[in-house]
Amino acid sequence: MIELQGLTKRYGDKLAVDGLTCTVRPGIVTGFLGPNGAGKSTTMRMMLDLDRPTAGSVHLDGKHYRQLRDPLKVVGALLDAKAMHGGRSAYNHLLCLAQSNGIPRARVAEVLDTVGLTSVAKKRSKGFSLGMGQRLGIAGALLGDPQVLLFDEPVNGLDPEGIHWIRNLMKNLASQGRTVFVSSHLMSEMALTAEHLIVIGQGRLLADTSMADFIAQNSRSYVRLRSPERERLLDVLSGSGITAVTAGDGSLEVDGADGARLGELAARHQIVLHELSPQQASLEEAFMQLTAESVEYHAHSAPAPGPAPGPQPPGSGWGTDWQKKGS
Amino acid sequence: MAVATQVLQSEWTKIKSVRSTVWTLGLALVVTVALGILISALSKSNFDKLSPKERLTFDPTFTSFAGMGLGQLAMIVFGVLVVSNEYSTGMIRTSLAAVPQRGTFLFSKITIATLLTLAVSMVTSFLAFFLGQAMLGEHKASIGDPGVLRAVIGGGLYMTLITVFSMGIATMLRSPMLSLGILMPFFFLISNILGAVPATKKVAQYFPDQAGRKVMQVITLDDDAPYGPWGGFAIMVLWVVAALVGAYVVLRERDA
Repeated sequence: MIELQGLTKRYGDKLAVDGLTCTVRPGIVTGFLGPNGAGKSTTMRMMLDLDRPTAGSVHLDGKHYRQLRDPLKVVGALLDAKAMHGGRSAYNHLLCLAQSNGIPRARVAEVLDTVGLTSVAKKRSKGFSLGMGQRLGIAGALLGDPQVLLFDEPVNGLDPEGIHWIRNLMKNLASQGRTVFVSSHLMSEMALTAEHLIVIGQGRLLADTSMADFIAQNSRSYVRLRSPERERLLDVLSGSGITAVTAGDGSLEVDGADGARLGELAARHQIVLHELSPQQASLEEAFMQLTAESVEYHAHSAPAPGPAPGPQPPGSGWGTDWQKKGS
Repeated sequence: MAVATQVLQSEWTKIKSVRSTVWTLGLALVVTVALGILISALSKSNFDKLSPKERLTFDPTFTSFAGMGLGQLAMIVFGVLVVSNEYSTGMIRTSLAAVPQRGTFLFSKITIATLLTLAVSMVTSFLAFFLGQAMLGEHKASIGDPGVLRAVIGGGLYMTLITVFSMGIATMLRSPMLSLGILMPFFFLISNILGAVPATKKVAQYFPDQAGRKVMQVITLDDDAPYGPWGGFAIMVLWVVAALVGAYVVLRERDA
């Protein structure tokens, strides 16, 4: 259990984390989501007492981090993959961490085996790939068999096999009743692992909800219609009280409509349809809409050449706009 | 105390599991002893050319320590790397997550590094003395002569304290390049230049290395320093204490 209360971090006149209050519960994977620069890493560093909060507090199982006697036995963390001395072997890296917290030496070999690094245990971590470094960092987090685990962007740099492995690891750890808190800037990744979501943007809490609720509330569903008789179709639709918008590529989009009903309507008026397809906006899009106003580093793309794009579908924010131009 | 014992053990593992430890300490020993032998041998062959006054103030013990000026630079590199490696590699965040008590972390690290430095420095100092004296022939000093044993032990303590001072500075500055860029020229050039110029000598004699070096000298006829061997050493100790207090305060207040 991790409790944040009014957690605030100010660098000069910039608020990196702004009065964050939330609780991370045990037994499930909680995703910590936000665009780059939202304050995720700063928040996680404050949880480990690496950075001092300007205001507010963090409690881990009711205690402040600095009060923990052997913190690795309570909280295991993977902050950045290469937070280790490259000249030290994987074994010695873990051994010095184990010794500092009174963890028996035998545990080092155990966690090396868990992450699959036994064969390179005596090798200096300088020569490790990003993925191997990530695994060694995870071994360090598991060393004290802690009840709370923090992972900052754990899938960065991992190959598909590694990503699959870490997803299962996090789910297993959670199913053993541990608190698993994992940050990411990829909604699609979180959708696969997290049961609960905490979304922040510019240091402020934007959402604290279960993954199921988030999907239900935020994924926009619509029906896409394509017809050579677009103007007539539009008239028929508006005649039936249905609002349709023209998308960039000339197709029509109807929010929250029933595909069957639209098809019957078109048939009744003998309008040829080239496409009738139900669509679901991706979670990534929903996430980008949620955080659109709080994205710190906008990528301003040059105006698209050619005719100006048609009217935007309702509810499209910065995120969808960006996606279209980028694609 | 149990925590401190664990952290000391951990720091010992850290220090012995990186190659820079062996390289820097080994280099300090070899350079100090070899240069001491060389300069002692040269001093012997040039002794006849010295003026009567120079012969009177010839200090065979201090002559055999002539390599320390250069050897201490390797010690400084060791002291700086022990601390700043944590920062340059990002290990510091892992270390402080494992040992969040800043004081326990810092002083365990410095204690282990200091004990190791002390052992190497003492061996270096005694080796430099005996091998240097062997070169000096009839001009040599004996370990039983007044003040000589104090000077040889003092030589080991001097090198140790220079190293601890470097650890304190490196903790405050974090960057190995910045720390070395300040400490190396200061101890190799600036301090010696300021100590040689009459106008700045009055200030420079209170610098840690200048004051601390006093304890390594046996013959101090031509000297107007306002402190004796242990007085000078005490001044150096004060510098080291100040650097360590500064290091602790900075580490405690600063975000990792």
